Amino acid sequence: MKYADEFRDRDKAKTLILEIEKLAARIEVTKTRPLNIMEVCGGHTHSIFRYGLEGMLPASIELVHGPGCPVCVLPMGRVDDCVSIAEHPQVIFTTFGDAMRVPGSRKSLLQAKADGADVRMVYSPMDALALARNNPGREVVFFGLGFETTMPSTALTVLQAEADGIENFSVFCNHITIVPTIKAILDSPDLHLDGFLGPGHVSMVIGTAPYEFIADYYKRPMVVAGFEPLDVLQSVWMILKQISEGRAEIENQYTRVVPEAGNSPALAAVAKVYELREFFEWRGLGSIDHSGIKVREEYARFDAERKFAIPNLRIADPKSCQCGEVLKGVLKPWQCKVFGSLCTPETPLGALMVSPEGACAAYYQYGGVKRQQNLEAAS
Amino acid sequence: MNIMIPPRRRTLGRVHVPAVTLAHGAGGKAMKDLVDDVFIGAFAATPDVLEDQARFDLAALQRHGDRLAFTTDSFVVDPLFFPGGDIGKLAVCGTVNDLAVGGARPLYLSCAVVIEEGVAIDVLRRVAASMAETASAAGVAIVTGDTKVVQRGACDKIFITTTGIGVIPPNVDLCVDRIEQGDVILVNGRLGDHGAAILCARGDLALETEIHSDCAALDGLIATLLAAAPGTRCIRDATRGGIATVLNEMAEASRLAIEIDEAATPLREDVRGFCEILGLDPLYLANEGKIVIAVPPEEAEAALSAMRAHPFGAGAALIGRAGPGEVGRVTMQTTFGGRRIVDMLVGDQLPRIC
Repeated sequence: MKYADEFRDRDKAKTLILEIEKLAARIEVTKTRPLNIMEVCGGHTHSIFRYGLEGMLPASIELVHGPGCPVCVLPMGRVDDCVSIAEHPQVIFTTFGDAMRVPGSRKSLLQAKADGADVRMVYSPMDALALARNNPGREVVFFGLGFETTMPSTALTVLQAEADGIENFSVFCNHITIVPTIKAILDSPDLHLDGFLGPGHVSMVIGTAPYEFIADYYKRPMVVAGFEPLDVLQSVWMILKQISEGRAEIENQYTRVVPEAGNSPALAAVAKVYELREFFEWRGLGSIDHSGIKVREEYARFDAERKFAIPNLRIADPKSCQCGEVLKGVLKPWQCKVFGSLCTPETPLGALMVSPEGACAAYYQYGGVKRQQNLEAAS
Repeated sequence: MNIMIPPRRRTLGRVHVPAVTLAHGAGGKAMKDLVDDVFIGAFAATPDVLEDQARFDLAALQRHGDRLAFTTDSFVVDPLFFPGGDIGKLAVCGTVNDLAVGGARPLYLSCAVVIEEGVAIDVLRRVAASMAETASAAGVAIVTGDTKVVQRGACDKIFITTTGIGVIPPNVDLCVDRIEQGDVILVNGRLGDHGAAILCARGDLALETEIHSDCAALDGLIATLLAAAPGTRCIRDATRGGIATVLNEMAEASRLAIEIDEAATPLREDVRGFCEILGLDPLYLANEGKIVIAVPPEEAEAALSAMRAHPFGAGAALIGRAGPGEVGRVTMQTTFGGRRIVDMLVGDQLPRIC
């Protein structure tokens, strides 16, 4: 397959792995502990498991699966809000597929659908707008979810709804921003990270400048990475190269997609429709300042939060759930007390087990190869 | 619409309205007309006398083998007609294949149809004709059946349940727990076509593809395979849950580990592209004409050549091997040089957000 196979070349991978091994051996700290590199984005977690990259990397490199799965960091209270909107008889509630199974405190959207709510899976917010156009007697709500990657598409859909005079369409905005979240992780006292694989698709929208503080203030290298396996390996190599040379910079491996300055029409649409919230609640990480956005007053008629009375209750994460520690890279998924016992993909307690991009679900489903190696080595 | 052998002629009823109503399920003349016109007309060679059950001559059955195989399956699919098949073809192939993978020669099917009021009679006729054509090609007879009509909304257009009877020849013993270390794992062709075709046919992905369902009755292919590789340990059809699910069942039942090779796994280029775009894994996509076979290594070549000579086995490939390792574990060598675990799917595969 063109544009995919070139980035999955086995021989190039072997060469890269050799180079990574050589570089890692030159880095002093690997003599006492592995280097911890966090991939911020769930898409990277998915590639890492799908291609078995963990097992290919030397033991001196640990990949830490970060918070960049928007489905995973969604707090239970927000799922409850979705269910409460979806249960209005006049509402058609539309969502991306992988949000369907996220547990709320009462039920997931999948259960709400089984109980009679009109919940529909769509592939784009424009599909939701088409539903609104075709169902003028119903209110179509789109569950706006995701980082900067999906923000422009919901913003443009709101602008399209305005242009077309469609009044029965609204967005339940739960978009979140990546930068304050990385900052929160970097400020965490129990942090053990040596570098970051930067989120490729988010960066396609925001560019690379917003990450400069990571290098300038926190002295950690970041490489904005693509999602094919060679992209990930090359980015790991670039991080190691920086560490070995004593540099901490923001570099861009994914130049075929990510312009340094980002995508200005997309950013303009986002700025037109949305503004920052003072704070937003994250599952496992708690409340983070300026980490969420909401619909601006000018577009209030497309804002589900203003159209519906939303319970907006804070539901504490289950006590036994250690998603927070896993998200921050303090614990490996299988080190969580409930991993694989009380918390499985069938009955997820924590959101990291829900989405296939969640670190725990990925370990449970695809992973375990590295973990097996660790266990074998220990025994 | 139960059919039996003919002593005298009867007049078949005719339907004169365009769509099914609740009257067609009420047990009266309208129902008889529907059954006669749509189903008996399509299925029965000699529709003269109807009894409440089909009757079989035991001595005749025994000439085919020494054990009966008996299976049932229900079919619901949206849309009813899709590239490469329809619900009728699916309902016949599905049950024929469930018999054939046990080594049985499929002989008789029943057909129970639940119809939502409002379904066009022409749609029913097309489905019945497709069932008849598929059954005839597979050498099975549809010998008994039932229809029910339910109110609008109580079912989605047409649900079909088929039950099948087959006979297993004396020397055939296919069973998942017979898989041994070193056995090789084969498939009869490219994977995931049915699942991808159905998702595309629903139209809400706005993806234009030329992917056709692989829906096919595999009794002929399996007979050919068993003749060429009599040591075959077991065969499973990789329907819902795809080959990943079947491989996990095989690994678990045989208390072995199975490792497959991604590079050897046959996939159409457009199914691969389809999965890339939606973030789906083709190993979990449904098939309706694909089987996973475990054979001892010395029979692998014979099994592959026999299948490749058959139209439903042209793309047959050796994809993996059973061996020691963590019991019940399925792993895959990725084309990239890594290794990953292939687990059972929990629910549906949901497309990824970004």
